[in-house]
Amino acid sequence: MKRTIPLFIAAVAGYVMVIAIFVPRLTDWREDAELWFNILAAVAFVLGGASILGMHLKRVSDRRAGWGYSLVTLGAFLTTLIVGLLKVGVPPSPDHPTVAWSGAYETEGGVFKWIFDNSILPITATMFAMLAFYVASAAFRAFRAKNLEAGLLLGTAFIILLGRSYAGTMLTGWYADAYPRLTLPGLTDIIMGVFNTAGQRAIMIGIALGVVATSLKILLGIDRSYLGGRGS
Amino acid sequence: METSKRFNVRTSPCMRLAAVCVLLLMPAMVCAQDAADQQAADIDVPPLAPPSNVRIEIPPNNDGTQLKVFWNLSPDDRPGEPGHRVKEYRIERADAAIGEFASVGNPQPSTVMEFHDRKLPRGVSYVYRIIAVAEDGARSQPAMSDAAGVRPTIHLFDTRRAWFLPLTLLVCFWIVYFVYLARKGVQLKIRKIAGLEAVDEAVGRATEMGRPILFVPGIQDMNQIQTVAGITILAHIGRTAAEYDAKIEVPTSRSLVMTAARETLESAYLAAGRPDAYHDDMSYYVTDEQFGYVAYLTGYMVRQKPAACFYLGAFFAESLMLAETGNSIGAIQVAGTAEPAQLPFFVAACDYTLIGEEFFAASAYLSGEPEQLGTLKGQDAGKIIGAILLVIGCALATAASVTGSEQLAAATNYLRFNVLGSE
Repeated sequence: MKRTIPLFIAAVAGYVMVIAIFVPRLTDWREDAELWFNILAAVAFVLGGASILGMHLKRVSDRRAGWGYSLVTLGAFLTTLIVGLLKVGVPPSPDHPTVAWSGAYETEGGVFKWIFDNSILPITATMFAMLAFYVASAAFRAFRAKNLEAGLLLGTAFIILLGRSYAGTMLTGWYADAYPRLTLPGLTDIIMGVFNTAGQRAIMIGIALGVVATSLKILLGIDRSYLGGRGS
Repeated sequence: METSKRFNVRTSPCMRLAAVCVLLLMPAMVCAQDAADQQAADIDVPPLAPPSNVRIEIPPNNDGTQLKVFWNLSPDDRPGEPGHRVKEYRIERADAAIGEFASVGNPQPSTVMEFHDRKLPRGVSYVYRIIAVAEDGARSQPAMSDAAGVRPTIHLFDTRRAWFLPLTLLVCFWIVYFVYLARKGVQLKIRKIAGLEAVDEAVGRATEMGRPILFVPGIQDMNQIQTVAGITILAHIGRTAAEYDAKIEVPTSRSLVMTAARETLESAYLAAGRPDAYHDDMSYYVTDEQFGYVAYLTGYMVRQKPAACFYLGAFFAESLMLAETGNSIGAIQVAGTAEPAQLPFFVAACDYTLIGEEFFAASAYLSGEPEQLGTLKGQDAGKIIGAILLVIGCALATAASVTGSEQLAAATNYLRFNVLGSE
C-alpha cells in the first residue's frame, strides 16, 4: 500500500498532464495537479527546516569537526526565520495602513529585506563571480593538445574565444569586406550556428526520447525505484 | 543720499488704488484668458474619432481562456498623413453581466487592429470597448462590441498538435512493444556505457579509501524528470554502497527531493540486507538557494574529501564549480544531466559523463531488468523515426533551395512548423 498509492497518484497526475497537452478541456486538471505539487512542496519546507535544525543541532551537541559552522548556520537560520515570520521593521501595506503586519515581508525597509540585500545578494554574487576562475582552470585542462581530438578542440576553442572578443575583429577585420565568412567572428558564427547547433540538436533528440521512455516507465509502473522500490 | 532719491518715485493715492485693483483682478484675468484659449482650442481641434466595428472572435485550439478582439481604425489614424492623431488604442474589458470596464492593454503602434486577450477566467461572457488615444492624451468616445458579450469556448482537441500526437503514440508503441518482447524472454542487446560501468568502481574506491560517497541530485524539484532520473540511479548506487558498507551522503536543495532520497536509500539498504546501516541523516536538506547549495557542497568536498562524487540531475551554473572542486580533491566523478549547455563543463572536469539519453538510460541499464532494457530498445525505434524525418526534411530543404520551387519550400515549412512544430 505504501508503494501502490504514490504510484497511483503519480500515474494519474502523469496521464492527466500528457492528455492535457492535446485536450484543452483538461487544462484545468493540469493546473490543479501543478497546484497540488506546489502545496506539497510548500509543506515539505517544514521537513526541510526540521532537517536543517536537527542535523546542525546534533553537530553542535556532539562537538563534531566544524561545529562552529553549524552554530553560524543555526543562528542565521533562526534569525531569518523569526525576522521573516514576525515581519520585523516591515511598514504596513498602503492599502491597510492601520493594520499591523499587513505589509509584505520583503518590503523595502524591513529587516528581512535588509538581510537579503546586504547579505544574501553579495554572497551569491561572490559565488557566481568565482565561476570565471573555475572556467579558466577547466579550460586549461580541457584544451591541452594531447592527441588529435584534443588538438581540434583547442583550435576550435581558440577561434571561438578570439571571434567572440574584439581581438577577433581587430586581427581579421582588414579583409572582412572581401571574405566576411573567413574572419574570426565569421568562422565563430559558422562553428556555433552549424557544428555546435547540429551537435546540440542531436543531444536534444536523444534527451527527448529518453524523457518519453523514462516517463512511460514511471506511468506504467515499470520503474519504481524513485519510490524506493526496485522495478515492476 | 542722491542714489536713494533717484529711485524714490512719488505716486498719487489714485494711482496706488488702481495698482492694487489690477493686482487683485490679475488671477481672475489669467483664468479668463485660459478659458478663452481652451475654448478656442476646442473649437479648432475636433474631438478624436473613435474606432469602429469592434468584433470578438474565439481563437482556435482554445482552452476557454482566450479571446481575440478586432476593430477598424479611427478615421484620425492615418500614419504619415496630415491629420494623423492617434497614438494608441486602449482596450477595456468587462464581464457582460456586470459591465465594469477595466483596461487590459494598449497595443502599439496605433495601426494594430487586433488584440489577443489571454488568461481569462473561464465561464464568463466578455464585452470589450476600444478607445483611441491621441498624442496629447485626448481620448475618443469608446467603440463597443456587441453588448451580449462572447464566452470563450473550450475546444476538444488542440489541432496544432495533430502531428505530435501520432508521433508520440508511435514512439510509445515501440517502447511498450519492446517491453512486451523483453517480458516474453527475448534477449535484447544493449551497448556498454562506460560512465555506468564506472559506478561500481567508484563506490569500491570510496570503500577502499574509507571516504564517503557524495551524491548530488541536481537543484530542481521532484516534478522535474531529470531529478526523478537521478533518484532512480541513486537506488542502485545506494544498494552498492550498502553492500560495500561505504558511507553515502545526499545533500539536497529541495525538501521533497530529500524525502524521496531517504525513501530510496532506505529501500536500497533493505534490499542489500543492511537495514541496520541506514539512517535518515544520509540525505538532508541544505538550501533552495542555488549558490548557497554550491557553497555547502564545495565546502563539504574540501573538508570531507569524498572519494566518489556523483552529479546526476538538473544542473546549471553550479555544474562547473562542483566538478572542478571534485577534480581538485582527486575524487572519481560521474556526472549526468539533460542540460546540453552544462555537458561541456562536466566533460571537461569529470571522469565520466552521461550525455543526454545515457542519463535517462542509466536506471534501466543499472537495474539490468529485461523490461526496463526494453524501453531502451524502444528509444532506438524513436531515433529511427527521428532520423527518417530528418532525412526527409534535409532533402526537401535542399531540393527547395536548389530548384527554387515554392511547393517544395511550402512542404519544408509544413514539415518544420506543423509536423515537428506546433503552429
